[in-house]
Amino acid sequence: MAELRTEEMVLNMGPQHPSTHGVLRVELVVDGEVVVDAIPHIGYLHRCFEKHAEALNYQQIVPYCDRMDYLGSMNNDHAYVLGVEKLLNIQVPERVEYIRVIMAEFQRIASHLVSIGTYGLDIGAFTPFLFCFRDREMILDLFEMTCGARLLYNYMWPGGLSHDLPAGFVEKARAFIKHFRPAMKELNDLLSYNEIFVKRTANVGVLPADIAINYGASGPTLRGSGVKWDLRKCEPYSVYNKFDWDIVVGTGEMGTLGDCWDRYMVKVWEIEQSLRIIEQALDTLPEGDVQAAIPKRVRPPVGEVYVRSESPRGELAYYIVSDGSQKPYRVKGRAPSFSNLSLLPEISRGYLIADMIAIIGSVDITLGDVDR
Amino acid sequence: MNANEIHDRIKDRFPDGIVEFKIDATVDPFIVVRPELIRDIAVFLSSDPELKFDYLMSISGMDYNDGNLGVVYHISSMEKRHRITLKVKLPKTDAQVPSVESIWKTANWHERESFDLFGIVFQGHPDMRRILLPDDWEGNPLRKDYKAQEYYHGMKVPY
Repeated sequence: MAELRTEEMVLNMGPQHPSTHGVLRVELVVDGEVVVDAIPHIGYLHRCFEKHAEALNYQQIVPYCDRMDYLGSMNNDHAYVLGVEKLLNIQVPERVEYIRVIMAEFQRIASHLVSIGTYGLDIGAFTPFLFCFRDREMILDLFEMTCGARLLYNYMWPGGLSHDLPAGFVEKARAFIKHFRPAMKELNDLLSYNEIFVKRTANVGVLPADIAINYGASGPTLRGSGVKWDLRKCEPYSVYNKFDWDIVVGTGEMGTLGDCWDRYMVKVWEIEQSLRIIEQALDTLPEGDVQAAIPKRVRPPVGEVYVRSESPRGELAYYIVSDGSQKPYRVKGRAPSFSNLSLLPEISRGYLIADMIAIIGSVDITLGDVDR
Repeated sequence: MNANEIHDRIKDRFPDGIVEFKIDATVDPFIVVRPELIRDIAVFLSSDPELKFDYLMSISGMDYNDGNLGVVYHISSMEKRHRITLKVKLPKTDAQVPSVESIWKTANWHERESFDLFGIVFQGHPDMRRILLPDDWEGNPLRKDYKAQEYYHGMKVPY
């Protein structure tokens, strides 16, 4: 009976499907319940970021970077301003970089909380989603008291920051960390080691390390396969080399190395590492003027730069080409979700349609990041 | 390995494959190579035990606005911890370059993106169609001389 083949059927998943986390359409070729092929169709959220960037000043592009990966706005800005500063060849005060790292790591936690919460939701666990969003709100409160915005900040500028940390920020951040550590433990008890959740995610969507590298995967998707690669450590930028923390990788603890559970769990473990970085940065925060190095006019010399950074989803890079004018000649955003999503067919074949929900969620894409 | 050594190693293997090599302070070092050799060079870069470029970071299309289009390959090696930028220049009237999809699968979507936004054709690509824009869109928006079409299915395009 095993070799009995039925007629193949094409099934459309999305673009309006809650588990696709936005507007992603996956064309599934199925043989009964088994997925034979999965072809992603993207572009529903294409907003011509690169075309817009050619018509704007360097400073005006920052808000557009915010909107690329709307769950990791701080990380997007961080990469972009580092690139512009490298082109301009300016040094920013150390306080600026410390604050940027604090913000970027808070953003990473917030982004992972959305990812973890909605992943539980996909699988059918509603309560962890509420827990995650409750704690994320507190991070957004910190952002709001710093720069007035909760989601899209325009906070990091080439050469500095729009605002210094407000009074009471450090205390509030510490209070959050104190509250948040036990909450993470609670989340693990509730979701990560929940038997139903483990059964749905372990041994599903297994991604071997060599395929991950060949497809340009990065971030938790790559580390879930056991590859010890994090740009914050492997190609240190900003002030990340001043802090003591570890790269976490998948272990295959619940099933096979590189399965959905590993990719999920790497995010949970990374949150603890981000907390460690934030604590050290708060302890050693230097004094300084955060706007001292902001140039009046941003006009880089002719040149080009490719700046890599580790966003919550993986390698976020900007390729910025300057022709010596006030507007960039070309800006290319290398989005982590774009490359991560392209390996979806590789990890879907042979699994069941119901597993597709777990697989798409575990790759953790933001469609704004995929389509730009 | 630094950029100089990488350049020398490619030069040894492909004596007349390199068009230009630029290394200075304001620019990431890059190597311009002959487009018809890009696939062979990619095979060499990924398989050479000293180089081991296993990770294609990004492929970017370019319009140099001098009658040439270009493709920029940012590649790195996870094991050797080095990276390099390769470039090819293509005449706008006949923008074709061999695909490197068979070496780095990342190229599949990145090349489709350059095809979509610049109209660069990658020879030997298994699935050369638009990726971000609708299939029946006219023109390639990131070309510097691009004019948006007036109507798309009865909807006014320039707003």
